[in-house]
Amino acid sequence: MKITIISNSVKRDIIENLKENKREDNREFYQHRELEIETNVIEKANGSARVKLGDTEVVAGIKIEPLKPYPDSPNEGLLMVNAEILPIAGQEYEPGPPQPQTIELSRVSDRGIRESGMIDFSKLVIKEKEYVYSVFADVAIINDAGNLFDATSYSIVSALLTSNMPIIELDGNEIKILDEYKKLEIKTIPIATTFAKINDTIIIDPTKNEEGIMNSRLTLVTNTDGNFVAAQKGNPGSITINELKELTEISKEKGAVIRNIIKDKIEK
Amino acid sequence: MTELLNESNIRLDGRKINELRKITIKAGVIPNANGSAYVEFGGNKVMAAVYGPREVQPKHLTDNSKAILKCRYHMTPYSVDTRKNPSFSRRENEISKITKEALMPAIILEEYPRTEIDVWIEILQSDGGSRCAGINAASVALADAGISMRDLVAACAAGKIESKIVLDLNDQEDKEGTSDMPIALMPNSNKLTLFQFDGKLTHEEFLESIDISIKGCKEVYEIQKEALRKKYFDSEDDKN
Repeated sequence: MKITIISNSVKRDIIENLKENKREDNREFYQHRELEIETNVIEKANGSARVKLGDTEVVAGIKIEPLKPYPDSPNEGLLMVNAEILPIAGQEYEPGPPQPQTIELSRVSDRGIRESGMIDFSKLVIKEKEYVYSVFADVAIINDAGNLFDATSYSIVSALLTSNMPIIELDGNEIKILDEYKKLEIKTIPIATTFAKINDTIIIDPTKNEEGIMNSRLTLVTNTDGNFVAAQKGNPGSITINELKELTEISKEKGAVIRNIIKDKIEK
Repeated sequence: MTELLNESNIRLDGRKINELRKITIKAGVIPNANGSAYVEFGGNKVMAAVYGPREVQPKHLTDNSKAILKCRYHMTPYSVDTRKNPSFSRRENEISKITKEALMPAIILEEYPRTEIDVWIEILQSDGGSRCAGINAASVALADAGISMRDLVAACAAGKIESKIVLDLNDQEDKEGTSDMPIALMPNSNKLTLFQFDGKLTHEEFLESIDISIKGCKEVYEIQKEALRKKYFDSEDDKN
């Protein structure tokens, strides 16, 4: 993988500006970039969303198909979350097998959705041990301008909120997929908030340049009811215990704001 | 489902809520390696070896200002109940990445420019919390290799079973419990270098879970130090 090199002057600028409480795009420390959401952008998917977080752009598509359940959970539907950073997303990306950072992105996004109880998997059974609905959430990263974790989270959530699943009839042991659909039932809306720590300053929703010089990254995912459902620290830096505890407050507060933005945009 | 916690808050393996499993750490177990450690953390059996600082392979990865750190968390096929496919999984891939990031803040890489330091973690048997056991082993192995460090890294998890936050989940508690929060701490500076969480906790429980796992890390730290002390200060030469 090629590495994005951030020039020393840019680095110095960002750090000097942060000391004066200024970010490179003039945002507040705990302010997200503008969030744009467009749903149903892929007609062939069961649900989809294009999300722009500033210049970061991702497209999530949901496919819901009948599959055989795992033997250890015969009466639960399946969920698979996969993110792919396309080579169009930036100069440092190339075609080929997924890099560790992409796998981490997929797995953290997966945990946020799965653990939140957003989808009630017990309701996705068609025939026990034989057929369950499996929900595939695939996210394509179109442009990486920083903070893929939040953009991916918002795109999957938006796509799931607008997903319809095919109605399936059982004919003996055979299944018949009808051309009729019902809404995928949603229980709660998990929202990720990602922070970057640069020296001793913590900011939310880092840009690509801010990510390039951050010491550590922290993603916290909260539910509609304010519970915490997933978290992950990344990058070779550390965070103090006090910082972590303070960020739990901010994550809850900012998560609620984003959740309302998403709900508003989707209901429109 | 079995009761994971009885009325007097005793867990299935007889532990109290805030009690760690039995931990044994031995430093210097692999003669070929520059540093190594063997950790038993409950049923986890973990070997970690450090090679380096040595020449960077491939050469173009060389960093003129500091050493590069390579890290692999790997499970043997026989380490789990159902045989694990020997090919490197996405889970192993992610854990390798976060383990590397958990160790890096503690290592003074700037002292070894143009070199690489390799940390290989092998899970011989897994019993819940193997990533923490792996970090604990790796941290002792790095110290055993004589690599300059700011601090040891101690790791431990907390989770929720039967509506209680408990320290250090074993395999069964991990699978049947409802949350898991592995963390790694540099105990002298109180800095977290690994923080992961999945499950569902209220804000209060989340904070409680942080506190209890930090307490666990501090206990692990003492055992790590003891292991190093044992190798370097209780040796036969010392007694003579």
